[in-house]
Amino acid sequence: MAKVLVVTSGKGGVGKTTSSAALGAALAHGGEKVVVIDFDVGLRNLDLVMGAERRVVFDLINVVQGDAKLNQALIRDKRMENLSLLPASQTRDKDALTEEGVARVLNELREKFDWIICDSPAGIERGATMAMRHADVAVVVTNPEVSSVRDSDRIIGLLDSKTELAEKGGRIEKHLLLTRYDPARAERGEMLKVEDVLEILSIPLIGIIPESEEVLRASNVGSPVTLNNPASAPGRAYFDAVRRLKGETVELTIPTDKKGLFGKLFGRRAA
Amino acid sequence: MSLLSFFNRRTSAPVARERLQILLAHERGIVGGKPDLVAQLREEILAVVRRHVMVEQDNVQVKMNRDSDISTLEIEIEIPAPAGATA
Repeated sequence: MAKVLVVTSGKGGVGKTTSSAALGAALAHGGEKVVVIDFDVGLRNLDLVMGAERRVVFDLINVVQGDAKLNQALIRDKRMENLSLLPASQTRDKDALTEEGVARVLNELREKFDWIICDSPAGIERGATMAMRHADVAVVVTNPEVSSVRDSDRIIGLLDSKTELAEKGGRIEKHLLLTRYDPARAERGEMLKVEDVLEILSIPLIGIIPESEEVLRASNVGSPVTLNNPASAPGRAYFDAVRRLKGETVELTIPTDKKGLFGKLFGRRAA
Repeated sequence: MSLLSFFNRRTSAPVARERLQILLAHERGIVGGKPDLVAQLREEILAVVRRHVMVEQDNVQVKMNRDSDISTLEIEIEIPAPAGATA
């Protein structure tokens, strides 16, 4: 049965879009049929991170309003045929997202895909509430930083009260994805530790994505980090997260980018 | 930064953790859709205690901690010394 997963955080810039693209590509790599939907109406960016910005013709709002068929708006990834993108509108208002319209589109997508990943906009307004509204599973993206943790706490509260599942008396499955983590700084007491964030937010951990140059390198070239460099530290961390998402028990480690002597001496390679 | 302050520098992550714990304990009461649960409990507990002992508003501390397994409610009431005891 298809699963609707929302990638959310409250705070902006913590890595929702990066994570949506990376999780989507990693799931698709495992043979699942995946669609990633950009809910950030007015400020779409998932198309750019996934390298499909020049292929956008129709968008989510067009489909919600019946101006385009779902198949006309879906963009199939050129590298993986079982990965698709449904872009957000750049010109319309977020109020154009109606609850019934979104529900209808999601139901149609459930027929075609195994995973429907909803990339939420920042904030707690309409775009964000619509992205989480019909979700079965939530990935809460958090940076080890006070404002991000506070906003995540707020979002967890909304997931438990404002989603369809919660309103029906159910409980939405929630997972914490800690991004931009620097184990060395945490060890020195300069950054909240994994345990600190877990204790405060009290939701299970799905993965720790270490701070890495590879994330920017991947978005520079318009490719999810799990596709662009699956062997990199963030690449491996996202693949592990996907295995946990699918119910596997995977030992929790924080992958590191190992640099050889050459890498240490000469730093980065051009991307 | 002087050498002394370098060695005296307290790590900042524990401060972040503590600030968040205090803040979120307060915010969770408000955001849950109910009015501030902790404040409400405080008022009602104070009213009950006052039927028997006169306590000051500031001498009632109510703290709530939420965890995945258990949540705890911590109530601390400072009861004034009997009249004449301090005189």
